[in-house]
Parts: sequence; structure tokens; C-alpha cells
Amino acid sequence: MLEVKDLHVTVEGSEILKGLNLTIGAGEVHAIMGPNGAGKSTLSAVIAGKDGYEVTAGSITFEGRDVLEMEIEERARVGLLLGFQYPVEIPGVKNIYLLKAALNAKREAEGLGEIPAPEFMKLIKEKIAFMKMDASFLQRAVNEGFSGGEKKRNEILQMLVLQPKLAMLDEIDSGLDIDALKVVAEGVNSLRAEDRSILLVTHYQRLLDYIVPDRVHVLVDGRIVKSGDAELARELEDRGYDWLLEGSAA
Amino acid sequence: MNDDVQRFLDRLSERSAQRGQEPTWIAARRQAGAARFEAMGFPHRRVEAWKYTDVRDIARTDFALTDDAEFSPATAAALTLPLDAYRLTFVDGVFAPALSDLGDLPTGVQVLPLSQALEENHEAVGGPLGRLTGVDFSAFAALNTAFFEEGALVRLAPRTVVDKPIVLQFLSRAGEQPVMSHPRILVEAGGRSEATLIEHHAGEEGAANFTNLVEEIILDRGAILTHYKLQEAPLKDRHIASIQVEQGRDSRYTSFNLNLGGGLVRNDVVSDLNGEGAEATLHGLFYGQGRQHVDNHTEVNHNAPHTRSSENYKGILDDRAHGVFNGRVVVKRDSQKIESEQSNANLLLSDRAEVDTKPELEIYADDVKCAHGATTGQLDEEAVYALRARGIDEQTARGLLTLAFAGEVMELVDLDAVAERVELTVAGKLPERFNLAGLVEAAAALNED
Repeated sequence: MLEVKDLHVTVEGSEILKGLNLTIGAGEVHAIMGPNGAGKSTLSAVIAGKDGYEVTAGSITFEGRDVLEMEIEERARVGLLLGFQYPVEIPGVKNIYLLKAALNAKREAEGLGEIPAPEFMKLIKEKIAFMKMDASFLQRAVNEGFSGGEKKRNEILQMLVLQPKLAMLDEIDSGLDIDALKVVAEGVNSLRAEDRSILLVTHYQRLLDYIVPDRVHVLVDGRIVKSGDAELARELEDRGYDWLLEGSAA
Repeated sequence: MNDDVQRFLDRLSERSAQRGQEPTWIAARRQAGAARFEAMGFPHRRVEAWKYTDVRDIARTDFALTDDAEFSPATAAALTLPLDAYRLTFVDGVFAPALSDLGDLPTGVQVLPLSQALEENHEAVGGPLGRLTGVDFSAFAALNTAFFEEGALVRLAPRTVVDKPIVLQFLSRAGEQPVMSHPRILVEAGGRSEATLIEHHAGEEGAANFTNLVEEIILDRGAILTHYKLQEAPLKDRHIASIQVEQGRDSRYTSFNLNLGGGLVRNDVVSDLNGEGAEATLHGLFYGQGRQHVDNHTEVNHNAPHTRSSENYKGILDDRAHGVFNGRVVVKRDSQKIESEQSNANLLLSDRAEVDTKPELEIYADDVKCAHGATTGQLDEEAVYALRARGIDEQTARGLLTLAFAGEVMELVDLDAVAERVELTVAGKLPERFNLAGLVEAAAALNED
């Protein structure tokens, strides 16, 4: 589904990713872990097309298409969606507007018509209930005045509505208390499907107790230095990253 | 005296020669207006109130006067706000009965062309006319007083509640020679009466006329008036409006000063809060593109204790447009316990757009609550990205965010026809999927579950 080959990325002149390789198959859940500054967030940001990242070498393909050639909005429409670590506040744009506009943009790209209002409301109602959110939140401006937990729930809600093929979640667990973490994890788990993949970027193993990944990759200094199954995450919890750092420095 | 002023005065003499005998008081007013205009001349930029607005384009143009109210019915139909309303239409200042519809006005409500009001009972109009916005208001008000012929009279008997909005529509026509008009609007709202007045300025593409409007609004005790001014005149039109409101005890004046059109635009909105408990709420939105110049000067005079004013103006400037906001608040000595808030926020969509914003507070009482603030910024690129990252195309994302900026003002507009016009101009024609009619209601219903 997603194939990243020998990806080199620089930010403001310094190289952050130094030849990263990653393949995610349909239905798989991958977790990228690593110490701060290893380039974890860079990977998902580059896939989603954020400004300020220069790809100097390598390729990203998604279902056979060259992702780096696609506009930001096009990437989202084909099903590459990034849940932000720091969701931005958008004063004046109501959540419900964003959800409807985004869903219809996707439907349009798929050759479907605009979603009828009753059907849309039914869908939204179901999803906000699942995320244990209050309906009044739909009328509020996107993320404006939201707590950290509310922002993260909102990211997941957007995923539930937009049903991406590859959901990338950047530090979705940061700033969450245990109850909020459970709700968010349930949301993510409900996304799991045979034809949908998930890429989790996280610093802590804690999240992976609730969302058990198929593959875990350790990113150190711009490269994946070790991959394994969920067991690797637990090993990292016990041993930290130092033993891998030494390996990479050698 | 300079040639420009002389040219206007010559036009006035020609007009007077064509006109028959007029009641003495009208002739005297004209004379006073002409004399004052001659003495003042066109305002130049060395005058503080006109520092940012250059009116030489008006002064140097040879504007004709017209008596012709012909207008393409199809264009008029497209411009007219789709609203169930009592409507008077003027074409280049000339009353157009064919485009007007007063239906059955409720008892106690008078809406009529000023010429007709003067003809029927000029003495009754003579008293209030010019009392508020007199020849000393500005050179343009003086000019209007010298030239005025047409306009509208709106009179509400005490306790009358008008069931539908009253629309005064001013259409500008494209023609070989630019024309000028000097309409006057007089609103007298009796005690506890209530009405919505929509003043709508629009016109044919390519029109390059000059509208020099004077408005006087008198609100008696407890009267409530919501005044929409939707100015979407053609982009070469010049538009000067001098509006003065006199508010009696417990009256409420709410103004939506929405300026989307016109090449050179100046609005002066002055509210005198003369009775205790009077309240003025001034909302403004101005949107400029190309080389549009939009200047809004507001003034609130707290002349009585326990009066309140709040003001929120938002400006959006694109291309090389220039916006001006000047908000003056004066609290008279002994006007204790007053509350006043003012804010002006501006969004610059281009590097070459410009805005000048200035609050002016003069407070001579000590027990008052006054606040003001002004900001100017650009679209948040992080927000543009966040929307695009959800699949929304860039143009729509920018349109949505621009509209969101205007949201604080537009949210309070409960006339869909007006809101949609503004939306269309500010955000461009948003794709079908943004036509959110019905969705908002559905969401509200969901909330009630």
C-alpha cells in the first residue's frame, strides 16, 4: 500500500531523514518509535505534504502513485490522512463545516455526489457518540479553546468520518490522561480493517498497550535501525533507546 | 475658489434654472448649502478627517444630473435582494416606480419618495430635514443640501412594529457620462416603534457615478431600528454617505455597515446617544480588492448617562485596496455609568493592500467603562494547510478562512439574502458542497436531542 524508499529529507538545510525505508501493507498497523529528534514526525509530515520539508532523494508511493507529485489536498482525497500532534485552531470555521467540506471533497474525488444532509447528520451523530464527544462541539470553531484531549479526539473523529486508507497518527497520545487515551485508542482500533493501514508515531510504549501494532520500527538519527513485532516495543520500554543509539553510532 | 468647486456650482445654477418655483425654505437651504460648500471646498488630505482619503477623483469629474430612471428589468431583478420587503428603488437617484413595491404598508407606517413627501406636505418634512446632518457636517453634506431632490422618507407612528424589512434600493447605471445624485433619507421612528431598514446600493457593471448620500435617523424613546447598509456598488462608483442618528431614551440602533463595492467609498456614521439607556451597536465589514478605497469613520457621542455603545468593524483588503477605520467615542462630562467597546480587526490578503486604523477616545466623565482594540494580520497559513490536509482545495480553504474572519459580523446577520451576497463577494463562489443551508439547522436540531 505505502512504500517509502531511501527517503532523504532536509529541513532548513539540515538532513533529518537519511535514507529511510518502510513498507506498509494493507490492513497493517505499524508503529514508529524513537528518541526525540530522530525524525519521527518528519516522516508523516512529508507523506502528508507539509511545507518546509525538502526531499533530496528517494521516493514515496501509495497504491502505485507517486505521492511526492501530489498536491496536499489530493493526498488527503486518495486516503492519506495525517492526525496532527498539535492540531491547529481555526477560528470561525465550525467543526461541522470542516467535516462536511472534507467529506464531500473526498466523495467528489471518488465520483460520488454530495452527501445528503440527513445522511451526513446521522453519520456524524454516530461518530461523535463513539468518541464520547458532546454534540454542541460541532458548532464550535475547529479546535478553538479545546483542551489537549479534545483536540486529539477531534483528530480521530475526522478520521472516523473520512475513513482514510492510511491513517497516520503523530504522537496522538501526547497530553492525554488515561481515560482520554482509552477513548482515542478505541477510536483508532475501530478504524482497523483489512483494507486500511495505520501508522502510529509515538515516543512512548504506553499507547501500544491499547493499540497493538503488527510491526514496530525504531527510528534513530534519520534511519530505521530495528524492526520487530509488538514485543520490540516492550523491550524498548524496559531498556530505553540507548542500546540502539550506540549501535547506530558505530 | 477653485475650478472644481465652480463646476459643481455651475451645475447647480443650471439645475435651478430648469426647476420651477420651490418653497422658500427649500430655496434658502439650497443657498446655505451652496454657500457652505463654496466656503469649504472639497476636503483635502491635510484635514485630519480626510487624511487617508483623496477625493480629487470626485472633484475633477464632470458629473451630469439626470431625470431618467430607465433601468434594465433583467439586471434590476438580478441585483434586487430576494426578500419579502417593502421596497423603493432609485436609479441614479431618480425614483423608479416600476422597480418599487410598497404593497400594503401597515397602519402607522409611511414609506415614500422624498419628492412626493415634499409635494404633499413640505412643511412637515422641512422641520426635521437637515436638523441632524446639516451643512456643517461636511463639505459633502453641504453639497447634498444644495442639490437634494429625491430620497426617502420613512416614518413610524409610536408603537408600530413593521412586519417586513423596508428596502431602499439605489441602482447605478453605466452610461457615457458619469452622473451624480444627492439622495436624502429621513427616518423618524416614533416611541417604541420597531423596524428593519435595508439600504442597498448596487448597479450595472462599468457604472462610474457619484452618490452623495445624507441620512438622518431620529429614534424616539424606546424605538428599535436595525439598519443594514449593503453597499455593493460597481467598482468605479464613488460613494459618500453621511449618516447621523439621534437616539432618545432607551432606544436601540443596530447598524450593519457592509461595504463590498465602490471604487472610492467614504462612510461617516455618527450616533448621538441623547437619552439615558440608549444603545448603539455598530457592526461593520469592508472588503476591498483591485484599487478600491474604503473609508469608514464612526463617531459615538455618549451625551447622557447610562448609555452603551459597542462597535466591531472588520476589514478585508486584497490586491492594492486601501481601507480606513476611524472610530471616535466621546463621553461627555457627567455622562456617568456609560459602557463603550470598540474593536477593529483587519485581514490583509496581499502585500500591497493597506489599512489605516485609528481609535479616538475622548472621555470627560470618570465613572465609565471603555475598551478598544485594533489588529491587522494575514491568513494563518497553518490553518490553510490544516484544511488542505483534510482534502479541501486551496482556493476553497482560503475562501472559508476569509469568510470565517468576517464571521463574527456575519453571524449576526439574520437575513439570508444579505448574508449570501456578502459570502459570495468575500469568499467567491464557493463550490456546491459549501452551500450549507439546512446543515446549520440540522445541527441545531441535533443539539436539542
